[in-house]
Order: sequence, then C-alpha cells, then structure tokens
Amino acid sequence: MTHRRSPWLRLFTLLVYAFLYAPIVVLIVFAFNSSRTNITFEGIVNQEPCGPFYWFCKLLSNRDVVDAARNTLTIATVSTLVSTVIGTMAALALQRFSFRLKAFTELSLYVPIIIPEIVMGISILVLFNQVFNWINTTLALAPDNRLSLGLGTVIIAHIAFSIPFVVLVVRARLHGFDKSVEEAAMDLGANEWVTFWRVTLPLIMPGVLSGALLAFTLSLDDFIITFFTTGPGATTLPIYVYGLLRRIITPEVNALSTVWILIVLVALLISQRLQRRST
Amino acid sequence: MIQRLRQHKSLQGSLLASPALLWMIVLLIVPLLLIVIISFGGRDADGNVIYTFRLDNYIRLTGYTDNCRSAGDYFSGLWQAITNPAAYDETTNPATRCFDPLYLQILWRSVSLALQTTLVVILMGYPLAYYVARSSIRRRNLLLFLILVPLWTNFVIRVYAWIIILRGQGVLNGLLGSGASALGLPFRPLDLYPSAGAVLVGMVYEFLPFMILPMYTSLEKIDTSLYEAAADLGANPLRTFLRVTLPLSMPGVVAGTILVFVPVMGTFVVSDILGGKQFVLVGNLIQRQFLDARDRAFGSAASIILMVMTLLVTVYYTRRFGFGEEIAPV
Repeated sequence: MTHRRSPWLRLFTLLVYAFLYAPIVVLIVFAFNSSRTNITFEGIVNQEPCGPFYWFCKLLSNRDVVDAARNTLTIATVSTLVSTVIGTMAALALQRFSFRLKAFTELSLYVPIIIPEIVMGISILVLFNQVFNWINTTLALAPDNRLSLGLGTVIIAHIAFSIPFVVLVVRARLHGFDKSVEEAAMDLGANEWVTFWRVTLPLIMPGVLSGALLAFTLSLDDFIITFFTTGPGATTLPIYVYGLLRRIITPEVNALSTVWILIVLVALLISQRLQRRST
Repeated sequence: MIQRLRQHKSLQGSLLASPALLWMIVLLIVPLLLIVIISFGGRDADGNVIYTFRLDNYIRLTGYTDNCRSAGDYFSGLWQAITNPAAYDETTNPATRCFDPLYLQILWRSVSLALQTTLVVILMGYPLAYYVARSSIRRRNLLLFLILVPLWTNFVIRVYAWIIILRGQGVLNGLLGSGASALGLPFRPLDLYPSAGAVLVGMVYEFLPFMILPMYTSLEKIDTSLYEAAADLGANPLRTFLRVTLPLSMPGVVAGTILVFVPVMGTFVVSDILGGKQFVLVGNLIQRQFLDARDRAFGSAASIILMVMTLLVTVYYTRRFGFGEEIAPV
C-alpha cells in the first residue's frame, strides 16, 4: 500500500517550494533589469556591450569582483585540501584506534558544530590579534613586515571549522567498513602502508570526497567567520556583496548572484552524479 | 608481544589524530579561554583590553547601573520594565534610573526571535518533509535536490533577495498594488522593510532547509508497515500520526531545532540587513563591540552569555529527546 496523501498536503508542499524559489526567481529576473537603481523592474536591459547580458559583462570588467572571486576560490581550495587530509586522518584514528586523549579529541571536534559561529569568529579574531601584537612588538617588526589579518588568517580559520565536518562524514563511511578486506591484504603480505594506499583509501574515497565537497561548500558559503578574520586584500565574494548592500545596489549584484546560483546548481548536479556512481 | 602491539596501535592513533587535535586546541579551545578571560576585563581609552578580574561586564548586561542604591532598587525597576515597558521608558530618566532595560531587551528579542523562527520553520517544514518522505524514490531525489539548491546559494545573497521583494516599491507591494487596482480597491504600499517582520521572514527563509533535511531523515526511516499495523488495529489517521509518526520523527525535529535555534541566536547578518538600525540582536551587539565600539571585554561577556544560552538549549534537548545521526550535515 502506498500511503495516502491528501491534496491539501500536496498544495501546502507546493506553496513551501514556491516560498523557497520565489526569491531566487526574483534575483535572476532583476539581473536583466534596465533600471540602474534596481528598485522596480523597468524592462529588460539592452545596452552595449552584451545586450541583455549587459550586467554580466560589466561584472567581468569589475576588478573588485574578479579579485573577490579569486580570493574566495583560493581560500576554499587550500582550506579544503588541508582540512580533508587532517580530517580523514583524525577520522581513521577515532574509528580504528584507541589512544590517550581520544575522548577529548571527540569532544573538541564536536564543539564547533554546536557553538554559535559568531563566538568562534570573535574568539579567533582575538587570538590572532594577541599573537600578532606580541610577535610584532617583541620582534619590533617594521610597519611593512608586521603580521596582520589577510588571506592566511581566513584560510587557517576555515580549516578549523571544516575539520569537524570532514571527520563526521568520513567516520560515517568508515562505520560500515568491512575490515576483512584489509586483513586479507595483510595475509597476502602487504604491509600496513601498502594496505592503506591500495585497499583502505580507495574504499573510503567516496566518503573522503563528500567530506571534501562539504568543506569546499562550507568555505565558499561562509560569511561570519570570514567577516572577523579577513583583512585588507582578502575580500571574499560574500563579504563584497555584504559591503554593497549598504550602498546603492545595481543589477550587477543580481548578475553576480545569478552566476553563483548557476555554479551551485552545476556543482550539486556533479556531486549527485558522483554519489550515485559510488553506491 | 600483544602489549607492544597495543602500544604501537595507540601511538599510531595519537599521531593520526594529532594534527586535528592541535588545530582544535589552538584555534578553538585557546581562543574560547581567551574570550572567557577577557570577559572579566575592561577597556582603556584606546579600546585596548585591560586584564583584570571584575564582573562589571556581566553586571552591565543585567541592566544594573551605578545609580542603583540597593538590589531592591534594581528588582523594582526590572519589575516595572517587564510589566509596563512603555510607561517605564517614559517615566524614567535614562541618566538617573537604576535599571537599564537595553541589554535584557536585546537578549529577550534574540531568544524570542529564535523561538518564533524555530516554530514557524517546524510548521512549514514538517508537512513538506512528510510529503517528500512518502514520495516515490525518483521524485524524492528530485524534491531533495530542490531543497539543497537554495541552501547552498550564498547566505548573504539570499537575504539580499528579500530586500528586492519587501522594500516600499518592491516586488510584493507591486504585486499587491496591481492586484488592488485590478479589483478597483484603494492601495497604500505596506511598510515591510526594514522591520521586525522582515527579519523573521528572512530567518525562516535562511534556516528552513536545516529543519527539513533532518526531519526528512527521521520520517524516511519509519517502516510503512507500522502505519498499516496502526490502521489494522483501528487507529484513524490523526491517531496514527500522533501515536506513530510524530514520536518516531522526534529525533529529526530535535536535530533540526538545534540546527536552527543556535545559528538564529548568533547571526547578525539578517537583522543587520532586514531589520534596520533599531533592530539589535545579541549577534549585532557582539559585532558592534568588536568592530565599532571597540569594547572587546563587554563583547566577550555578551558572547559567553550567548554561548551558555545556546549550550543550555542543546543539552536540554539532547538529554530530553536523545540524539540520532540526524544532526549529520547533508
């Protein structure tokens, strides 16, 4: 028996989906607005260069946007690589070994998931300030060489909030792992190192990849922690958009949002494909 | 031999876990301890932190000022402000009154907004999660995918969309206006942005997927034969829902509540963009202390209070209802 579903339930669901998508549709439509102030929709823009895609083309010639996009991708790539390696190691340790400080490690990995992001953001800001102040004054560094907030600090902070999520995802994969394959490899004379590279890692790879994907998207999407740890020259796209919201907002922001939504859509489709293939 | 093997294993485990542990200690535990220490400090004229051990910042958050001559003074002021806030604001002089309601108001506003958001999101998300969980597998994948797209669209961009919709000459007023003129009714644009209502809408929009996904995970796991059994035993649909579906889906609701309540309490972006200058939440208070006002000690104290409040909610909920793997992210 398939469970009965009332038409009311279907209607309600439809309305909630409409609520989820209405703002996205509005965002995209307004990216083609001919009005510069972008308050009301005054017809589709048709201006050189690019005609209806005028605002998209302006976007590409906007240095701030291009820089912000590059920063965002640099931060996401580096923090994903580092947090995936560190997180996978920790997941293996927690799932396979018993060691001193195991309980403490688990607890410390659980904390970032349950404390408000803003608390993590300001506390990391305070840490960087204290450490940099101390180093700058004790070494009496020249103004140009002084340590300050920037890409590096954002990356370090992003690694910190990504690790717990990578551990969570990889551990879930290790949980259903059949250890007898590893034992078989060892019986056939492979040492631990070879077993890991040739047997364990390929088997947990889907988990590692989805952990990495999660870390990447968390980093791309992050606003609050970046907001507190960023400095001059390290503006990311979310920070850039937030800065614009306090001024006049031209359809350029909508064009940027539209591109963003398209990228997210494609990335999600790819990840779904990958997951389907792995199962 | 076994002893040595065990030692070897333990060493291996420690080595594998040490980078993660180190990162967490340096960037999470040490900074949190710093915040605790600073929250008992003060600030000098340049906005630098002075390390002392005083409870001043916490006392300031309770609204107790130097004008108070006794605890009785404070509590009578507090009582008046709670029972009749408008009259308290009008009749007392901000410069001389003992109880200053500002910070408690901010805390209360944050808690009440977080509760409202959680409630609305449960009411909107539960039927949807139920519908998705009862769909055929192919439809289910599509419907879930449709929930993920808005979730991964940037947080700031999602709030921005609501400005376009809600502002005076925005999309919503435009639609209502043309609807009214078609019916020949008079229409005055609604004053929707910036407002407290706009903040609630923005929060609900931001966090709805966080509630739907764990609720779906719980609902999807329920064995459909349980529904049949309930029906066979004579339970009507309402009774089946109350006695079977709802209890079995509670872990998802709990996980969703934590995933929604905690970030709503701590965010400052939505209120900053959709609420206007007057709409201050704890998140805004903390942000301003760290960037504009430069009173980091006071900002730290506010953060500690925020953290304690969210931890209490999390611990209470997990103790009361237990915790499944529903908390795991998508």
